[in-house]
Amino acid sequence: MADYDIPTLKEEIDRETVESVLALDVDKYKYGFETDIESDMAPKGLSEDTVRFISAKKNEPQWMLDWRLEAYRRFLTMTEPTWAKVHYPQIDLQDMYYYAAPKSSPAPKSLDEVDPALIAMYDKLGVPLKEREILAGVERPKVAVDAVMDSVSVVTTFREELAKVGIIFCSISEAIREYPELVQKYLASVVPVSDNYYATLNSAVFTDGSFVYIPKGVRCPMELSTYFRINEKKTGQFERTLIIAEADSYVSYLEGCTAPMRDEAQLHAAVVELVALDNAEIKYSTVQNWYPGDKDGKGGIYNFVTKRGDCRGVNSKISWTQVETGSAITWKYPSCILRGDGSRGEFYSIAISNGYQQVDSGTKMLHLGKNTSSRIIAKGIAAGFSDNTYRGQVSAHAKAKNARNFTQCDSLLIGDKCGAHTVPYIESRNGTAVFEHEATTSKISDDQMFYCQQRGLSEEDAVALIVNGFVRDVLQHLPMEFMVETQKLISISLEGSVG
Amino acid sequence: MTTPILEIRNLHARIEEREILKGVNLTIPAGQVHAIMGRNGSGKSTLSYVLAGKEDYEITEGEILLNGENILEMDPAERAVAGIFLAFQYPIEIPGVATMTFLKAAMNAQRKARGESELSTPDFMRAVKEAGAQLNIDSDMLKRPLNVGFSGGEKKRAEILQMALLKPALCVLDETDSGLDIDALQVVSKGVNALRDANRSMLVITHYQRLLNHIVPDVVHVFSDGRIVESGDKDLALQLEAKGYADFDATAA
Repeated sequence: MADYDIPTLKEEIDRETVESVLALDVDKYKYGFETDIESDMAPKGLSEDTVRFISAKKNEPQWMLDWRLEAYRRFLTMTEPTWAKVHYPQIDLQDMYYYAAPKSSPAPKSLDEVDPALIAMYDKLGVPLKEREILAGVERPKVAVDAVMDSVSVVTTFREELAKVGIIFCSISEAIREYPELVQKYLASVVPVSDNYYATLNSAVFTDGSFVYIPKGVRCPMELSTYFRINEKKTGQFERTLIIAEADSYVSYLEGCTAPMRDEAQLHAAVVELVALDNAEIKYSTVQNWYPGDKDGKGGIYNFVTKRGDCRGVNSKISWTQVETGSAITWKYPSCILRGDGSRGEFYSIAISNGYQQVDSGTKMLHLGKNTSSRIIAKGIAAGFSDNTYRGQVSAHAKAKNARNFTQCDSLLIGDKCGAHTVPYIESRNGTAVFEHEATTSKISDDQMFYCQQRGLSEEDAVALIVNGFVRDVLQHLPMEFMVETQKLISISLEGSVG
Repeated sequence: MTTPILEIRNLHARIEEREILKGVNLTIPAGQVHAIMGRNGSGKSTLSYVLAGKEDYEITEGEILLNGENILEMDPAERAVAGIFLAFQYPIEIPGVATMTFLKAAMNAQRKARGESELSTPDFMRAVKEAGAQLNIDSDMLKRPLNVGFSGGEKKRAEILQMALLKPALCVLDETDSGLDIDALQVVSKGVNALRDANRSMLVITHYQRLLNHIVPDVVHVFSDGRIVESGDKDLALQLEAKGYADFDATAA
């Protein structure tokens, strides 16, 4: 074709989005199934005993238990933050389980030892756990997966292949036992134990999560991915993820989350720490689709997460891309500490809220080093009765000469019962910093809807198309596999938002 | 083929409390192009919106038959699938959605609604290429978000491109000549004329005779105060141009 290109894959996907909406069931949250797997649980409630129980279950060394107990004692002195624009009933931390493990799997060595019911569950979620099948097939790119259900990592795939180049990809519990020096050196070095209420709680009772170590000069040959799943009733999930990229290395990491539908709210309080050393790059993408609660706002996951990356080395780079469609409440600010001279932080976000969902999310870009730069593109889409707030902080330290930031926050409102808010905090302590901030709020207009419908698109197709257009510049930053999923998610999340 | 493509019988429509269409009667047999001329505010554009099913209007009396079937109960998308295409006077911007993406979404939505299979990418590309060449639309324009930052001429060409690809039974062109210079007018008219077909009808709404030199109508109707007050052949348009609408207002009164 001389002067016409084949439509890009993205355009193909746009079309697929529309198709998938049409093909969808009325059942809005398709991950809302519960898997019947016998599980081993800690006694209900939060206490020093609970902390000891978790540590013992994980066969942790004494230093880890001591670390947890110190965090627990610190936690007792703290109070819940209330500055976010979210409202929810008091969470009863004593009416919750802090540890639940599928009974059959203390430490599966291979997929053969994993409960078939678990494998079936992940199949249902579309998570590629069966590495042999993937290895045999040519049709999809390789993705190494760490699957975490409730409190334990169920299986991590492709470990051997990664180990050949020196990459460690395992559960954090295993890393504590097998690589204590690395864990001790980096754990809480980005998010201090006493950073905030939820991070401190997490430090005391975290149960599992992923650990990634990329050695010097290694470019990780595949996407690394973790799927988090809360399955048990009344269980909090407190995962902890630690990613270290040594000098001149690169890694792209994906995180996906789902949970069954339940009447009562469940707490998810994760901590994610990223460390990028000289010239290293970490790309961290999340598609968060926790159960958002029912149409009346009952149930759903309270997602109170602390995610922070430290660009510790010169010219290092950390990029957060997030797609937030689930959770009853989202409280989440993936941030970058731009410590190394010439380091760069990026934050690309799509936050969609419908029904009675509440989102208070954004980022912090803390410029400490010289010639550091950051870029924020946040797209908030509010429908139904939801409330969607972007909260972001950009600051330049006195030594952060020539710091640069560009921020763009766009909000799209669907209907007239929802709200969108932008709360930027900008601080500069030196005269050479240049910060730019742009914000827009728009609505899907009746004229746009009529125009699309006049061309034959149904109302829901029209909304999906317009929203996909609105988030386009963020979507482009997602790894290809997630882009398809995301476009489908966007359509599903907005079902019933018109008419 | 005796059933006309479009038949409007005694159509009354209002927006809020104001009656805008006051008894429109119009029949367009297959293959014919009819022009509606009238001054601003006479209700011409309202007629086009009512045909396409825009929600703001309330139909108080009358009916609209497309190929003999009453379409008043259909929503805009259903009417589009049934074969009504409206080329907008002011095409709407859809930010972030590439023109190409939009075209494909629209074509496949209509195919799906008719129970047809989706177009393959090569078939789609071929169709776009052919139709685009007629209208001087290049691949660069197709990659840009639909109507965003388009010039007046580009917007109108993009409308005609959609019309060509969607192959409607009834094309309604609302002031397609507005905002066009003479070169653009020729390109657009050529595109429209290429779509004239024995199985397709067109309703061309304009208030300048100029457009009708390029798209020559079979019948010209004069629209005044919400209804058709005079019909004739293409010479009626010339008369109007020479004398203005005043005479016809008198007839209406």
